[in-house]
Amino acid sequence: MATFQLEFVSPEKLLLSRPVEMALLPAAEGEMGVLPGHAPMIVALRGGVISVREGGQITEQLFVAGGFAEVTPTRVTILADDATPVAQLSRADAEQRIAESEKALAEAQDASPEKRDVAMDRLLSARAMLAAAQAA
Amino acid sequence: MASLKALRMRINSVKSTRKITQAMKMVAAAKLRRAQTRAEAARPYAERMERMLASLGAAVSGQPDAPRLLVGTGGDTVHLLVVISGDRGLAGAFNTNVGRFARTRIRELEAAGKTVKILAVGRKGATFLKREFASRFIGEMSFAGKKVVGFDDAAEVAAKITELLDEGAFDVCSLVYNRFQNVITQVPTAQQMIPGALPATEDDAQSGPQALYEYEPAEDQILAALLPQNLAVQIYRAILETSAGFYGSQMTAMDNATRNAGEMINKLTLNYNRTRQANITRELIEIISGAEAL
Repeated sequence: MATFQLEFVSPEKLLLSRPVEMALLPAAEGEMGVLPGHAPMIVALRGGVISVREGGQITEQLFVAGGFAEVTPTRVTILADDATPVAQLSRADAEQRIAESEKALAEAQDASPEKRDVAMDRLLSARAMLAAAQAA
Repeated sequence: MASLKALRMRINSVKSTRKITQAMKMVAAAKLRRAQTRAEAARPYAERMERMLASLGAAVSGQPDAPRLLVGTGGDTVHLLVVISGDRGLAGAFNTNVGRFARTRIRELEAAGKTVKILAVGRKGATFLKREFASRFIGEMSFAGKKVVGFDDAAEVAAKITELLDEGAFDVCSLVYNRFQNVITQVPTAQQMIPGALPATEDDAQSGPQALYEYEPAEDQILAALLPQNLAVQIYRAILETSAGFYGSQMTAMDNATRNAGEMINKLTLNYNRTRQANITRELIEIISGAEAL
């Protein structure tokens, strides 16, 4: 089956760079599956799980808290803020994050709309993390 | 001439100093290697970020309501200098160099009638600049006590800068840090961050016709999310270069100190032996002349 190059980078290091058959991305406006030859796109990512398909099955599942992806017909580059393999997620961590972001959101209630949005995004990302942790 | 005992003590103390500087040199060398690997590892992200920004920049260029992080406030009166230095000393002129460089720049800017504000990252640079420019300080950050400075810390600095920009606290922001050229050379550099220049799109000749991207969500929204991240990336890079440069500089300084201590020991040993021999000769003369007098 045809493949494309998937590059997965965090600010601190290059996490993954290899040819894959398909990638599922949690794009800001909905899940997005990318196959080779996809139209060029730049998308923002929300918190969620990125699944990688090789040899007909899902070989890798990584949770990202947010980031960006650049899609070209032959390559997908994911700039993730932070990535953890789904198997390593812990519910306690996720719950703690939810609690923290809920508190931050409550504090941001009187702040500017932008700040509230940021806090809201954090909370959603933390909830996605909990969901991923439970599914794993 | 110093007594034999004093000389012996002196030699011993220089010997222990040499041991310490030698150990520090080894530690700095090991940490330098680690810092270099980290700087290396951070490069792919920065490169790809740049590529994305370049294509985005082409898409939004010329729009009147471009984000502030990109175009600044439009003014040019208040300059914010983010001075990044080491948290510790004993690294030769490393911190002094960046401090001096910042000082010259502050004087230049003030001579040109601008207002200068300082945000110091790293303890040593802060102490240096405080002596003269304490009134210009608007913030101080330090990662001393942290084992490794991560991207989160850089993001914290970036968040602080964005906050200040939103308050309208400055018009132009630049980063002052020691650029890591190689292990023995670090060049104090000033890099303007806000208003920032978007990297130009790569030459089409080699990458083929420029791909037309679709954006989701819209260009300006992505750009608004990408710019703070880019700021953090730039700061992160400067912090990593500072940390690599710091250990490089410390290694060189400690190497010199070790060599100087060795020279000092040689000189002192020579002196010690001479004094010892002179003492023996004098004693002999005393004995002989005593025997002759009988």
